Amino acid sequence: MCVCVCVCVCVQSGPASLPAEDISTNSNGPKQDSLFDDDPEDLFAEATEEVSLDSPERDVLLSDGPSPAITPITPPTSVITPRIGLAHDDMFTHSSFDEIEEEEGGDSFDIHIAVSDPEKVGDGMNAYMAYKVTTKTSLSLFKTDEFSVKRRFSDFLGLHSKLASKYLHIGYIVPPAPEKSIVGMTKVKVGKEDQSSNEFVEKRRSALERYLMRTVKHPILLKDPDVLQFLESSELPRAVSTQALSSAGLLRMVNKAADAVNKMTIKMNESDAWFEEKQQHFENLDVQLRKLHASVESLVCHRKELSVNTAQFAKSAAMLGNSEDHTALSRALSQLAEVEEKIDQLHQDQANADFYLFSELLGDYVRLITAVKGVFDHRMKTWQKWQDSQLLLQKKREAEAKLQFTNKPDKLQQAKDEIKELEGKVQQGERDFEQISKTIRKEVSRFEKERVKDFKTIIIKYLESLVQTQQQLIKYWEAFLPEAKAIS
Amino acid sequence: MSSLQSDHYPRAVNVDLQTDATLQVDISDALSERDKVKFTVHTKSTLPNFKQNEFSVVRQHEEFIWLHDSFVENEDYAGYIIPPAPPRPDFDASREKLQKLGEGEGSMTKEEFTKMKQELEAEYLAIFKKTVAMHEVFLCRVAAHPVLRKDLNFHVFLEYNQDLSVRGKNKKEKLEDFFKNVVKSADGVLVAGVKDVDDFFEHEKTFLLEYHNRVKDASAKSDRMIRSHKNAADDINRIASSLYSLGTQDSTDVCKYEHTHKIEARVAADEDLKLADLLKYYLRESQAAKDLLYRRSRSLVDYENANKALDKARAKNRDVLQAETSQQLCCHKFEKISESAKQELIDFKTRRVAAFRKNLVELAELELKHAKVKGLVTVRSR
Repeated sequence: MCVCVCVCVCVQSGPASLPAEDISTNSNGPKQDSLFDDDPEDLFAEATEEVSLDSPERDVLLSDGPSPAITPITPPTSVITPRIGLAHDDMFTHSSFDEIEEEEGGDSFDIHIAVSDPEKVGDGMNAYMAYKVTTKTSLSLFKTDEFSVKRRFSDFLGLHSKLASKYLHIGYIVPPAPEKSIVGMTKVKVGKEDQSSNEFVEKRRSALERYLMRTVKHPILLKDPDVLQFLESSELPRAVSTQALSSAGLLRMVNKAADAVNKMTIKMNESDAWFEEKQQHFENLDVQLRKLHASVESLVCHRKELSVNTAQFAKSAAMLGNSEDHTALSRALSQLAEVEEKIDQLHQDQANADFYLFSELLGDYVRLITAVKGVFDHRMKTWQKWQDSQLLLQKKREAEAKLQFTNKPDKLQQAKDEIKELEGKVQQGERDFEQISKTIRKEVSRFEKERVKDFKTIIIKYLESLVQTQQQLIKYWEAFLPEAKAIS
Repeated sequence: MSSLQSDHYPRAVNVDLQTDATLQVDISDALSERDKVKFTVHTKSTLPNFKQNEFSVVRQHEEFIWLHDSFVENEDYAGYIIPPAPPRPDFDASREKLQKLGEGEGSMTKEEFTKMKQELEAEYLAIFKKTVAMHEVFLCRVAAHPVLRKDLNFHVFLEYNQDLSVRGKNKKEKLEDFFKNVVKSADGVLVAGVKDVDDFFEHEKTFLLEYHNRVKDASAKSDRMIRSHKNAADDINRIASSLYSLGTQDSTDVCKYEHTHKIEARVAADEDLKLADLLKYYLRESQAAKDLLYRRSRSLVDYENANKALDKARAKNRDVLQAETSQQLCCHKFEKISESAKQELIDFKTRRVAAFRKNLVELAELELKHAKVKGLVTVRSR
């Protein structure tokens, strides 16, 4: 099964220009309608070029640091012909996205990423953990079926920041990367080889794995060259701008603050009830998930406590059994102590399950919802931009009208030129707004589907672990019962 | 205010008493008022000492304590294990929780509120049942004891249908008690150092000392374990209700998770009854047994001192008669205590073994039942 897709990434050079550059992937699907070769209506056939993954054009896009605003342009509808099977034109028209989803839904999503083998590289404060990222896939997007690379945490953060800068403002829900933890990392750097630092590394490893899986599950992000490079290439330029104390980091903080202020001042005229309803829905979901997350964390804590207390009780019961001089009772008490000890282990395992299955997932979703809310905010900003340029156009028109009555032909011409440009901007703004609204609709429905699926899977896994625990408990108590009955 | 009918509560701690028809005592009803609990003590007896064959009176906790203390202070009963007094009814924690719930009513949904209220009420009821059971066990132990059951104060307690006007100890008396206890434990240490000629008692002394300490430790640890279990169960209930509200919002059917974890709370409560109460009860009983041994040792020391005094008196040939009578008294007292103590300690062991057996078996059966149900419900809700 192959997915042949081409991502059109266009740099805005003017209104209504055709895609200047194509980065397409290998097509080797004999069964699928071949995309580029045969179709006579394919206006883009000449424009398409097979670009290999190491092409210089690609490198341009992979430069570190804020990439230029890349806005996809919906080519005028007369140019695009609706196609059966996969459309290779840009992903953003309604029909093509749907079809891709059908493709995706039809065959099994065939990529699996594992993050494993954390090892400490270096010493002291410059040390870091390197993780092995193994990809197993049959997608033709990749060069081989199975390959692995070594990555460190800042690489993941770098990937996320690139994806966020490319896709967030056009309405795609980019999965957030795992959080930094200065305390946790310092412990690891310092070399404390204890329980808590091992737990921290395991927690991070698991979080990184979930992050990558979530990212590649997104059909657009999967095809992104940055993602592909991250998964495949053995050397990756160090993502310096992810450091908290770098200038980029400070810039990020300033931007965040500015955004928060802006959000409060934008009064959007919401014409689409769907968005209003969805925003409310996500607000509610946010509150509920946070509450649930807090309860689950509390449960994990209490279960760990329970395990400790059960172990202590087991020891105490054993002592009691020792001092009891009635032999059968003494034996029964010792048995009780053993049972309780085993139960303690069970509690411990259950706590781990609670944590890894449940709590982490909830944490992920709390952060995801923040990303979703961010996307809604970007839509508001896009609307604002459109409105602003409309206002500006109006002002310029008024100014031009005034200029009509003065005798300044060059100024008039200048005004006319500006108006023409602004008209284009306004049109663009409107298109952008519609585009982002459309994209958000798609994204939200995909997100909700994923969420329901995720939760269902986790809960089933969790319930299964519970059943196992109960069965173990039954075994233990059944073994104890005859001992208790044997006391005479 | 809540009331309890006799057929509603199980005997939490069974001390396997032989009840015969001549004297049967139980607590048929109890009423919880704002700061006190009123127990209805119901007696059925064929003994001629009582005016009727069947009668009931209402007693409060302080009156139980009065009865217990009257046994302890009675010299004639020095040779018996005095059944430990029931602990004071303590609803403070539960009441506080209910109050907090009432205050926080506005901040949670209607379902959450009713659910939490039900749980707290169930908790309150469980504590209530436990205190009733403790008081009942005390009375039954007294009624089953061949000597104590004949005690006059006991009969007054059972029959006199007016208030016994027993006030709780005031501050001065409590202080006196405190000093008495200090003196007693100091004395106990001294007396314990005296090696006993009798092997049986020597063995019992060492055994009881160690046993008592270990039961204390086990009781404390089991309390902690059960508290953690309860905390975890509370969390699970909260999670279940959050999942439920999440589930009703979307159409995910995760609300069945709720059921499995109501059971977890109940398991914690049952463990409480069987294990912790058993340990607590035997903590008190082993203390009572230790007290018996102390009294015996004390009387032994007195006896030995009286012997020494007699020898001295004979040597000096002064107050010989007085010394002789005093020595005889001590000897008599010591022998009486020793004789009954031996039997008491043997009975104590029998009772202990039987109680542990019963409770451990019931604990195992309950755990099995719950694990099976939980497993079943979990499977069904998948």
